[in-house]
Amino acid sequence: MRRGLGQRGLRRVAALLADIGDGARLYGRYIALSIRAQMQYRASFIMLAVGHFLSTGIEFLGIWALFARFGDLKGWSLPEVSLFYGLVNVSFALAEAAARGFDTFDGLIRSGDFDRLLLRPRSIALQMAGRELQLMRIGRFFQGLVVLAWGAAALGLPWTVDRIAIALGAIVGGAFVFAGLFVLQATLCFWTVESIEIINTTTYGGVETAQFPLTIYRDWFRRFFTYLVPLASVTYFPILAILGRDDPLGTPHLFQALAPLAGPLFFAATLQAWRFGVRHYHSTGS
Amino acid sequence: MPQIEVENLVKTFRVAERQAGTWGALKGLLQRRSRTVRALDGISFTMEVGELVGYIGPNGAGKSTTVKILSGILIPDSGRCVVMGRIPWKARTAHVAEIGVVFGQRTQLWWDLPVIESFDLLREIYRIPPREYLRTRDELVAMMRLEPLLDTPVRQLSLGQRMRCDLAAAFLHRPKLLFLDEPTIGLDAASKLAVRDYIKRLNRQGVSVILTTHDMDDIEALCRRILLINRGRILFDGALEALRAQVSRDRQLVIVLAHEETWVEDPDAQVIRRNGHHLTLRFDPERISAADLIARITARYEIRDLYVENPPIEEIVAQIYYEEGTAL
Amino acid sequence: MSAYVALFKARLQMGLQYRAAALAGLGTQLFWGIIRLMIFEAFFRSSAAPQPITYQQTVDYLWLTQALLLILPMRLEGEIQQMIRTGAVAYELARPTDLYWFWFFRSGAGRTAALALRAAPLYLLAWLFLGLKAPPSWASAGAFLLSLACASALGCALATLMTISLLWTVSGEGISRLLNLLAYVFSGSVVPLPFYPAWAQRALAFLPFGGLMDTPFRIYSGHIPPEEALGAIGHQIVWTVALILLGRWILGRGLRRLTVQGG
Repeated sequence: MRRGLGQRGLRRVAALLADIGDGARLYGRYIALSIRAQMQYRASFIMLAVGHFLSTGIEFLGIWALFARFGDLKGWSLPEVSLFYGLVNVSFALAEAAARGFDTFDGLIRSGDFDRLLLRPRSIALQMAGRELQLMRIGRFFQGLVVLAWGAAALGLPWTVDRIAIALGAIVGGAFVFAGLFVLQATLCFWTVESIEIINTTTYGGVETAQFPLTIYRDWFRRFFTYLVPLASVTYFPILAILGRDDPLGTPHLFQALAPLAGPLFFAATLQAWRFGVRHYHSTGS
Repeated sequence: MPQIEVENLVKTFRVAERQAGTWGALKGLLQRRSRTVRALDGISFTMEVGELVGYIGPNGAGKSTTVKILSGILIPDSGRCVVMGRIPWKARTAHVAEIGVVFGQRTQLWWDLPVIESFDLLREIYRIPPREYLRTRDELVAMMRLEPLLDTPVRQLSLGQRMRCDLAAAFLHRPKLLFLDEPTIGLDAASKLAVRDYIKRLNRQGVSVILTTHDMDDIEALCRRILLINRGRILFDGALEALRAQVSRDRQLVIVLAHEETWVEDPDAQVIRRNGHHLTLRFDPERISAADLIARITARYEIRDLYVENPPIEEIVAQIYYEEGTAL
Repeated sequence: MSAYVALFKARLQMGLQYRAAALAGLGTQLFWGIIRLMIFEAFFRSSAAPQPITYQQTVDYLWLTQALLLILPMRLEGEIQQMIRTGAVAYELARPTDLYWFWFFRSGAGRTAALALRAAPLYLLAWLFLGLKAPPSWASAGAFLLSLACASALGCALATLMTISLLWTVSGEGISRLLNLLAYVFSGSVVPLPFYPAWAQRALAFLPFGGLMDTPFRIYSGHIPPEEALGAIGHQIVWTVALILLGRWILGRGLRRLTVQGG
């Protein structure tokens, strides 16, 4: 009896793993094709990527100018702020590239082409994610990486294994948070049809916010980006761990290092909201 | 057991009303009015395996709502709907794996990719076993003569070529039931024929087809049975000939005049359309035979060409809508 | 002119119909403004050193940036781009109107309508609740309105220049994106221009982009006193005229190229 249960459980796990592998393979297929399609317009891609590099990098120019005028920001130096800036930009670039299919969802729903996704025997979210991997976002990615590297070099931080692990965790966790926000933005389209900009406050606004340590903001605002949108968990806390700085909010080091796990959790929650949106679509048809 | 069973299907939508003018738009900011539209008002029908049904009706009649419910995209407000033993929206993935859908206005192929890549991706999406896939694909390629198109990016295909590829794409996973939504819209005459031929062939293989179209030539060429829908209700369900007989037995004589300004009159026929040199007369074959009417007309007027035709189905349909409208 | 008014009204109505989008846009701008406000507040609290522009003036500057962001030539004219790609632009040539002014007013109508819809409520909210002060004097207010009108004309001239550059399909898109970027940074919408280093100030003062935002905003808060405003507005006007002339000249060349290619 017990062995029978154990076997059934095993079989279920095996089926789940096979499903995940199957989905991953399809996603890989989608992405390979999307990249090939974009490579057909190589000149345009290069132009867009360079443009993206410049236009996102220009923000850093502004920050630099402000530090030149004011010296420091509530006890934080420019190289320290560079870590925040670089990390959040790299995360956001990853999410922007991978969740592009969700970002452009309003067009899909208005044209009626969303129906096509429902007519295919696969997970809707998977098909959405596979719609496009936007390569030009590599511009922001490198821009963030350059700033991140400069900040680390200027601070003379030794890149130990645990620092690198925390940084990678923060980047991936951050990408999950932003991807989740794109999913929420798409989910809202089920009700509004227009893509409404309000989510931009948390995506682009989140990038703008997290470029600086969250302690410089008012409390209500900091709480918003800590508890509602867990941006603090993927920028502020892990960077404190990397810098080895004490948190004026008093969080322990271990918590800071593990905080990026909030990213995937947030993403999973937004997928639930998405499913709710799909159900709404099933009953209203737009 | 029928393949499709639909009973008393009802679906309503809420539609926001826009108010006219700048003032209206400003008012709309504060309060929005909406009204409820009954897209389906108690639809019932059944369909057996292997049938080819023409589903016709004016825009907004409820055709696409029905198709969306049958294909599992929409959930009806009430009523029963069983397709191949399943309730479509309750088991979406299992259901859609067994149906094929083509929207004439849109493509399901990837715009920037060669056709063959889209096919391969669909194989992955539908989890078609490789050997089976190759067999079906080659068969379809031969049937639709797609060989020269396979390496072309979809955006470079003509509409007719694209539609042929789309039809093949919809059949790669060998669905048992096909929904075709205006598959011939905008196509040139040759492509229309090719598409019709393909539909006929698949149907002969035992695939059931529901065809919505505005092109009555499609209906005449393909469908033994038609479902006529208007304002969310089925007005007619049966053979095309029966529909024709039900409405009128009138026939039409089209003549091409030598001189545009000629005035044509006949006691047994009625001029119903005039378009340059072309003139359409309606007559009742019980009162005067076509041969007699032609003899009389050619004797009296200078005619360049003429032919007799059944009243186009559009007119029959229009007449039914009209009668229904006056009855209400 | 009546066509312009009709276009303006149509765009206004279109904008009003999308209630959710309009409200969401407003919310976004507000939120964004609040973030920027807090960042600057933190900077001002970090240093007691005198700055080239006071905190209150910065606050005014930031809110005006949020309210009037659409002055910037941000978006490419999608419709015209499409027309150029498909060759349908030939129909535009067949119109009995001057193409330059047609495009100028066409984009102008859309931009002004969107600007008005966005600016008025945001200005009001920022003034009531979020620290934006009224101009220090009637003279400043008057000069501000005049300068704002010039900024809007300057924005239209730049936007039309971007549209025209699209006649050169690929390189044109690159150029207009670059122009877009320059306008974004050097108008003062990333960081108010007075905060840039002293050595950059002369170049910033020469370029046309400051005329889009920096000039009217500093006039508003009295950073440029009313008696100096006339010179600043003159700078805006000179650049507007220059860009219009440049645009007309480039359009002529672009069209010649188009006819040589056979459309």
